[in-house]
Amino acid sequence: MTAPKRPLPQPTPETAHFWNGTLEGELRLQRCTSCEESYFPPRPFCPSCGTRDVEVYPASGRARLYSYVINHRAMPGFESPYAIAVVELEEGPRMMTNIVECPQTPEALVLDMELEVAFQTMSDEITLPLFKPRSPAAETSE
Amino acid sequence: MRCAVAIVGAAETTELGKIPDLSQIQLHADAALNTLADAGLGLRDIDGLATAGESPTAVAHYLGIVPSWVDGTAVGGCSFMLHVRHAAAAIEAGLCTTVLITHGESGRSQVGRAGHSMSSASLVGQFEMPYGPMGPPTMFTLPVLRYMKEYGIGEADLARVAVIQREWAAMNPRASYRDPISIEDVLESRMIAYPFRKLMCCLVTDGGGALILTSAERAKDLSTSPVYVVGSGEAVETPMVSQMEDFTSSRAFRLAGQAAFASSGIAHADVDHLMIYDAFAHLPLYGLEDLGFVKRGEAAAFVRDRNTAPGGALPLNTNGGGLSYMHSGMYGMYALQESVRQLRGRAAAQVKEASISLCLGVGGMFGASGVVILSNEIL
Ligand SMILES: [Zn+2]
Repeated sequence: MTAPKRPLPQPTPETAHFWNGTLEGELRLQRCTSCEESYFPPRPFCPSCGTRDVEVYPASGRARLYSYVINHRAMPGFESPYAIAVVELEEGPRMMTNIVECPQTPEALVLDMELEVAFQTMSDEITLPLFKPRSPAAETSE
Repeated sequence: MRCAVAIVGAAETTELGKIPDLSQIQLHADAALNTLADAGLGLRDIDGLATAGESPTAVAHYLGIVPSWVDGTAVGGCSFMLHVRHAAAAIEAGLCTTVLITHGESGRSQVGRAGHSMSSASLVGQFEMPYGPMGPPTMFTLPVLRYMKEYGIGEADLARVAVIQREWAAMNPRASYRDPISIEDVLESRMIAYPFRKLMCCLVTDGGGALILTSAERAKDLSTSPVYVVGSGEAVETPMVSQMEDFTSSRAFRLAGQAAFASSGIAHADVDHLMIYDAFAHLPLYGLEDLGFVKRGEAAAFVRDRNTAPGGALPLNTNGGGLSYMHSGMYGMYALQESVRQLRGRAAAQVKEASISLCLGVGGMFGASGVVILSNEIL
């Protein structure tokens, strides 16, 4: 018996660059080449101005904790209680994720705390971009 | 044109709460038949049909109605506010004369209810579901810590919303929960998804409701006292709560509210009675601010000062709301029913001389909104 797994994404042609990126250890965002707006989730046009002239680029992986809840009910693939978080990436867009290497408590999960991406391999095809508290080493290497 | 269309029939299912002996489509029919009786109309009088949760085709066939106009707008729990808005426009445009709006949901007993399944290839499936959200208690609630930090409010402020709604429910024999509760009771109830505890989350029940609308002109010939559609608004934002523009305010609430006020020509001070869809305790706080009844960040203090409580200046969620009255999943129909009851002078916790009621619905997790302003007088 293997442990029940969490639901995994099924990439589409429009999102393949994102999921290929996480497999290769890169958090890929898109931005508009005319209005320069970064956006998420992926789509092959700019949701601000409508142009199809957009580019994929690697994000820094740095973010801050924007909001979260701590789920106390049982969920297959998770150990309750666990936080479901939204982080704000340094480049602007926000995304849902989980916070790892951190106690799942209100005391440890402080809004606006500095985070960095932590890739977690879930299957041969899927690596999820989770986030962990940013280490002091990462701070000094900036 | 405001007040050109009126609600002439309104009723809920005979029972509310736990109804294991009726399937979901029969909840639609039970509510529809009660509403036809309320209006003094028959099935043959209905030539327009709007519904959500079931298709208009299924409900029309089940009831034996042959509509010349249908609306299957399904944007979650506020779909019925949008149906009222669309029905009023259709009646005014001459597409039909008499519209039936039905809702029925076997939310608790799950009898004859189609399952929800989210494709893992959808954007929600790819960019939210892998992180473990378990439905509304972990998604609708996700923005609130940011709101609490921004405006410096605490868990007791969320709890107080539930406490005051229970005060209203205590006066309502049809409410699921009627025993008084304290802030301590709420803060000691089981943790569901921090910072939300069980008593800050809505009920899960079975039930239904329906409305009948026709022109103000035809309403004169009917026995019920008409409730006029004075104004309305609708808006959508995002199917992904993580992508809300602003975690401290709902764009859909703001836009639907602005459109409703603009089309009605009334001012905030004219509103005697207010319904704000409360699947969770934070929604009335967002609603009060986003509708413009108070400034941003002031809703918790407004509630603390008992403005929304029995005897207060702005009676809110007077049936007890989704937190204490009932919540089958798409609660918007029950909020509309309470607005109509108040304006007919037939509510369990009747607001004296209520003449104008505003009803705000939400769909999805802040994904959509509909606002309807009603009056028992032609304005
Ligand atoms: Zn652009």
